[in-house]
Amino acid sequence: MRWRFTRNLGIFLFWKAIKMASLLVAISFLSFLLVKQSPIDPIQAYVGADMLNVSPEQRERIEEYWGLNEPIMEQFWSWGSAILSGDLGTSMIYRLPVSEVIGERFINSIALMSTAWVLSGIIGFSMGVLAAMKKDTWIDRIIKWYCYTLASTPTFWMGLLLLIVFAVWLNWFPVGMGVPAGVLAEDVNIMDRIKHLILPALTLSIIGVANIALHTRQKLIEVLSSDYVVFARARGEKGFTLFWRHGLRNIALPAITLQFAAFSELFGGAVLAEQVFSYPGLGQATVEAGLRGDVPLLLGLVLFSAIFVFVGNLIADIIYRVVDPRTRKEQSYAAK
Amino acid sequence: MSILEVDNLSVSFKQYTSGLRQHTQEVISNLSMELVSGEILAVVGASGSGKSLLAHAILGILPSNAQTSGKIRFDGEVLTTKLQEQLRGKEIALVPQSVSFLDPLMRVGAQVRTSVRKGKAKEAQKKVFERYHLKEEVENMYPFQLSGGMARRILVSTAMVSGARVIIADEPTPGLDSVVIKEALTNFREFADQGCAVMLISHDIESALQVADKVAVFYGGTVLEIAPAENFEGNGDRLQHHYSKALWRALPQNDFTCEFKN
Repeated sequence: MRWRFTRNLGIFLFWKAIKMASLLVAISFLSFLLVKQSPIDPIQAYVGADMLNVSPEQRERIEEYWGLNEPIMEQFWSWGSAILSGDLGTSMIYRLPVSEVIGERFINSIALMSTAWVLSGIIGFSMGVLAAMKKDTWIDRIIKWYCYTLASTPTFWMGLLLLIVFAVWLNWFPVGMGVPAGVLAEDVNIMDRIKHLILPALTLSIIGVANIALHTRQKLIEVLSSDYVVFARARGEKGFTLFWRHGLRNIALPAITLQFAAFSELFGGAVLAEQVFSYPGLGQATVEAGLRGDVPLLLGLVLFSAIFVFVGNLIADIIYRVVDPRTRKEQSYAAK
Repeated sequence: MSILEVDNLSVSFKQYTSGLRQHTQEVISNLSMELVSGEILAVVGASGSGKSLLAHAILGILPSNAQTSGKIRFDGEVLTTKLQEQLRGKEIALVPQSVSFLDPLMRVGAQVRTSVRKGKAKEAQKKVFERYHLKEEVENMYPFQLSGGMARRILVSTAMVSGARVIIADEPTPGLDSVVIKEALTNFREFADQGCAVMLISHDIESALQVADKVAVFYGGTVLEIAPAENFEGNGDRLQHHYSKALWRALPQNDFTCEFKN
């Protein structure tokens, strides 16, 4: 049975890998086409204000040098094969290799996103459990009201609100950016970084809580009215023991997988929150790249975020397969 | 000796019908009966007539919108909510109807062990598994891996290890083949022979009669009559209530005739 399980997991991962590859091909093709059709002029974006000094002949030579006059499929092909060999190109606004920009930005973002992810997961889960255990009391009502309000709150608005209250009025936290302005890079200490991280992370967590809390509440209410909880109560279990033995066991898995599957919302939220706080993460880089026509960076980010979200979903899937006995031991007694 | 007495029990539910209009629906009304140690009382009646609610009312696990009136006595003492909480699983045990009453993510051995109230849980569980011919590996299985018969034996095991004196079996036989039904019923007979009082709730009058000492006929939220099992014979002439007679005669082997009116 052990061997069977490993083999099944192997087959599962193999198909997932194929899915991921085809997804990436489709996404690169689509985004490449979209960028080609967009009004972004790569030469203008590259040269910038000096465009006035570029004569039409020079322009043509640049086009030829870059291969912009070739058919679109051939352009896609040369870009695609470069990517396959690991070369994502050079970012026009940072004048650095795209992979380097993404790597550096990702480290900033991962600090922000993982803080928000863990916080919203823990707080949201606890809130959901509390609401369900105290269903129809004032606690439940407050939590529900809070979640519905937050679920309809735009991230950037929440960010602005926190900025006004905590940075401008109370002056507790810096207004923006990842490190203090006017300080040498080597003089920046970890406390400075944490201080700059708190507000954007808080923004993301506050928004992220609603989803997981409402989902957990619903799921736990369902579990608490199930036959097996009725039977557990009939056997004298109650209160916290009952929740610990049967409630938590049955809601933990869906909650964890939901949290992993929420990577896409996390990334989307980070784009907005980072923009509000001028936090130098992936999200801000995405907005910059889009606004200033940095095509290689934009495409690199699109691919990266696709992988990021895919990995989140993949982890959720794998957890279900490995942890849930109903999928792990597919062979039931009846089938033997 | 009577262990559990139900005296004039009524159960009703508050419901909101249209808008905010409240409507109280009585599901069980003026029900009286008693459970005697060493005896099996079968409560028979149509499916969905509120028999399970009777079991839940005795255990005190009705939904929160239910209201009860009347008295239930255990060992002569009136059952309050608090006392019910103490006795649940210790003196009064429920044997539910299907595998869905087991936690799907908990190994069945562990679930049986949580029902043990006195002594060593592990030993008690091993003993009861041996007694019901459950192999050692079953202990580590999850409910979805059990066959119908095994699930039944696990459910009975939970009541067995609890050491309760009152066993309430709620529809313990639906959808099982006759061999398993026979086995389940034998288990309940054993409980009674050990001195437990057993309440066997069932819609299957025929199989209930195989082991029951008395039969309570449940209809319209109350018990119409409680008759000794041997009165269910022949044409049912020894039964008092016409519904009981009709129920008995409705069995295919008992003079059941289908009347066509053209």
